[in-house]
Amino acid sequence: MSGTSLLLLIVATAFIGCLIPALLARFGRRMAALGAAGVMASCLALLAPLVPTVLAGETLVTAYTWLPAYGLDLSFRLDGLGLLFNLLILGIGLLVVLYAYYYLPESDHLGRFYSYLLLFMAAMLGVVLSENLLLLVVFWEITSISSFLLIAYKREYRDSRIAARMALAVTGGGGLALLAGVLLLGHIAGSFELTAVLAKGELIREHSLYAPMLILVLLGAFTKSAQFPFHFWLPNAMAAPTPVSAYLHSATMVKAGVFLLARLYPVLAGSDLWFWLVSGVGATTLVYAAYTAFHRYDFKGLLAYSTISHLGLITLLFGLDTPLSVVAGVFHIINHAIFKASLFMAAGIVDHECGTRDMRRVNGLFKFMPITATLAIVAAGSMAGVPLLNGFLSKEMFFTETVGHPVFEEMRWILPLFATVAGILAVAYSSRFIHDVFFNGDPIDLPRQPHEPPRWMRAPVEVLVVLCLLVGIFPQWSVAPLLAAAAGATLQAPVPAFELAVWHGFNLPFIMSLVALAGGITVYALRKPLFALHDRLPSIHAHIAFERLYESLKTLACRIVNWLDTKSLQRYLALFIAFVLSLGGWAWFSGPPTLAATAYQPADSAAFAALATLIVGALGATLLHRHRLTAIVFTSVVGLVVTLTFVRFSAPDLALTQLAVEVVTIVLLLLVLHYLPQTSPAEDSGLRLTRDAALAVGAGAGLGAAAFAMMTSPFETISGFYLGQSMSGGGGANVVNVILVDFRGFDTLGEITVLAMVGLAAHALLNRLVLTAPERDIDGRPWATERHPLFLSMLMQPLLPLALAVSIFILLRGHNLPGGGFVAGLVTGVALVLQYLASGIDFAQPRLPRHKAKLLALGLLLAGGTGAASWLFDRPFLTSAHGHFTLPLIGEIELASAMVFDLGVYIVVVTVVLMVLAQLGRLSRHGCPEKFGEAT
Amino acid sequence: MEAVVAIAIGVLAACGVFLILRARTFPVVLGLTLLSYAVNLLLFASGRLKLDAPPLIRAGATYTDPLPQALVLTAIVIGFGMTAYLLMLALRALAETGDDHVDGRLKP
Repeated sequence: MSGTSLLLLIVATAFIGCLIPALLARFGRRMAALGAAGVMASCLALLAPLVPTVLAGETLVTAYTWLPAYGLDLSFRLDGLGLLFNLLILGIGLLVVLYAYYYLPESDHLGRFYSYLLLFMAAMLGVVLSENLLLLVVFWEITSISSFLLIAYKREYRDSRIAARMALAVTGGGGLALLAGVLLLGHIAGSFELTAVLAKGELIREHSLYAPMLILVLLGAFTKSAQFPFHFWLPNAMAAPTPVSAYLHSATMVKAGVFLLARLYPVLAGSDLWFWLVSGVGATTLVYAAYTAFHRYDFKGLLAYSTISHLGLITLLFGLDTPLSVVAGVFHIINHAIFKASLFMAAGIVDHECGTRDMRRVNGLFKFMPITATLAIVAAGSMAGVPLLNGFLSKEMFFTETVGHPVFEEMRWILPLFATVAGILAVAYSSRFIHDVFFNGDPIDLPRQPHEPPRWMRAPVEVLVVLCLLVGIFPQWSVAPLLAAAAGATLQAPVPAFELAVWHGFNLPFIMSLVALAGGITVYALRKPLFALHDRLPSIHAHIAFERLYESLKTLACRIVNWLDTKSLQRYLALFIAFVLSLGGWAWFSGPPTLAATAYQPADSAAFAALATLIVGALGATLLHRHRLTAIVFTSVVGLVVTLTFVRFSAPDLALTQLAVEVVTIVLLLLVLHYLPQTSPAEDSGLRLTRDAALAVGAGAGLGAAAFAMMTSPFETISGFYLGQSMSGGGGANVVNVILVDFRGFDTLGEITVLAMVGLAAHALLNRLVLTAPERDIDGRPWATERHPLFLSMLMQPLLPLALAVSIFILLRGHNLPGGGFVAGLVTGVALVLQYLASGIDFAQPRLPRHKAKLLALGLLLAGGTGAASWLFDRPFLTSAHGHFTLPLIGEIELASAMVFDLGVYIVVVTVVLMVLAQLGRLSRHGCPEKFGEAT
Repeated sequence: MEAVVAIAIGVLAACGVFLILRARTFPVVLGLTLLSYAVNLLLFASGRLKLDAPPLIRAGATYTDPLPQALVLTAIVIGFGMTAYLLMLALRALAETGDDHVDGRLKP
């Protein structure tokens, strides 16, 4: 397998693998943990063969076409920066898996936890491996969603849910800005592929859309990396279990933002706007968060703010925009990930063993857990920038870069001073963490008796602290190759010479370090008056402001919905029709159709008579609609005129169908009206009637005008094909029927499925329903006592077999002459309706098929099976076959497979009519609900 | 003749729209029936109006457009299914709410 295709495999393994822990959890939490670790280890193993190539400075790119029309391809890229992040994500991920196994309670089966964690990891890998920028945004959004799931892991707590929602709102909102920014960037560069984009830095910076694009992309990066003023979601996200914090807030989620800065550094940086925006935001975040961290009582909160502060530092380093500051930024990404992950884990151990995170109570733990304490102290020392630890090295590089930065020629002292203040604050909060938690007297009123954690829970912290020391003492030997490759990939240029050494001589940066250390310890010593001062200052709580904004938006949205939505069908319909009218009117008046009169049929007196009848019927039904029985009679007149229209204009099939439907529909309407009120109350106001009349006239005029315009404009039809192929391809002379059962057979199959659902709905809606029919009619006369008129029942006895014979005749001839399954089914339906009317349900029901649902299924199976049978002959679904056969006595006949299809249609139509009738028929008979599929 | 059919379509649509805007279930069903007549006629008319030209293959005959007819045929049957469904829904709503108002709210 070639090296580049491994990239796709890594991402695919991660995404598919995220199901594994959920599946393994039933075999115990140990299996879930092993599954998760296995997936991460597999990704690492897939990555391993690529490491030497990438360390040598090469960039691996692979692409699979996905949606080329939109510039979205499944393309991946691995360079030094990507490798660095891969190692952080997978390496710290493995440690987190081990840690979480001990951290989370025994009662947790861990399947859900590890699956979310792996999903998040997969998305992170996707972000850092994407070559296509749109693909990167897709993965970016998945990290937002999966981190939402992780932060809300303790979903039974309201705080967790609010925190998760806040994180999702902020980072998801930033994701949208990023999407817009990336679209602009792709538009400017003419490609979404990083290789192409990164080569066009000059062009992009000079483009007029550079500023909006930069701001949008930075919004994405700053929200993700919790930069001021979007930082507030991160401390709240500490509601998540500590393994999640250790993973998301050290090496992954929040690093995605700075990763983006690094990834796009060659094209975005190099302008004044970049310098002021990025370094400004980074510097503000650095100092503000460090100050806040110092004042927190909750040690996890302290770590959260210190994370924000360090992210600010990294942002500031990228913003300073010199080659060496970029190297320092990349280096600090590594160092911060290592020491902060270990600190979070150590804090989690303390929390786990003490049951609280309040530093006013958690004191003097050194004597209870000396090993953990030592580890935490070393890691915190690295955070403060103590020599011989990795944090010191990148902090020294930062100090060096502030000295003599080219932008501040006039005020050389300002940047170093600022950096020293930031350093002092970092030392102060680190000292506070060390001294308050592990020394400073004795613990006060702890819920649990603290002691050392299980051996393997501490192991991940040990590994990370050893790394802190290794990098801190032997930087050239341990981290330099990776850093060089990553920095080279970030700069997309030769890496400037830099020397990783513990001792650079007694120079200004070293003095700044010393001042920071001494100053920080002094500030910590003076903490009591400082805290008192801080308490008197007005405090700003961004997350509370955000929640208030969120709640008021929600209230506003509810109000708007309640105002718009009166839950009135009449209102919906009126609005809908008015909207359609305005659309139609707009289309009509913006480009009136050309009324080129072609092929007018001359109107005759019969047409006028029919029109007059139709108008009387329609208007009668409308004006007298409150007298429902009368309205039904008028409606039936309209139906008959429509039928005659079909006869007149060469549509015998339609006329037959319409006639049969008319009869069944009218009978249904009458049956139902028996139970409904006989009249409608006069409840509509004059205003509403006027409004509705206006809408009605508008709709009628519009549709009529559109119809006239359509009929008188020239047209071309695709029906020549159907007419030509009907005999030869479909084996039938009735083209309409051949279209239904053959050319467009799939549509028909869908349609009879809908009909079948109506039959089932009849059962679902009306079974067990009992309605009492009124005893008197609308004029107060009692209904006739003779329920089944003798005349009709006598007449039906010979009529039923005749009608059935006619319907079968219509079914069989349908392929060549007007008829077919629909018509035949409806004719049978009419005959059965009449039988019901004549003899009553008690007579008819036992004589009809009992298993109606099975009949429905049979009809659908026949139709579908005919279609599927053509697969046996390697033809597409519903290919029809036909041929001539000689039957004894009858002679030669032509049969087509489509006739079986039509039989299926017939059965479905008949059964649906039967099911509806059977349900309506038994409504007023009490008790005895039907069993499904059979009539009692 | 085209104008006659167009007027018929317009009248049916207008009456149908007015009825579906009523507050009770039964007139709404009637309105939908009228509206489906209008729409079916409109669809049918898209194949233009031809006399004595049914789409049945015979020697030397002229044919009208069969495709709209096939569409309208299924539309008629589906329209029937919809009417039947709505009627049953109306009955169920009556049983559940004791009223035949379209909004299906319980009687106060």
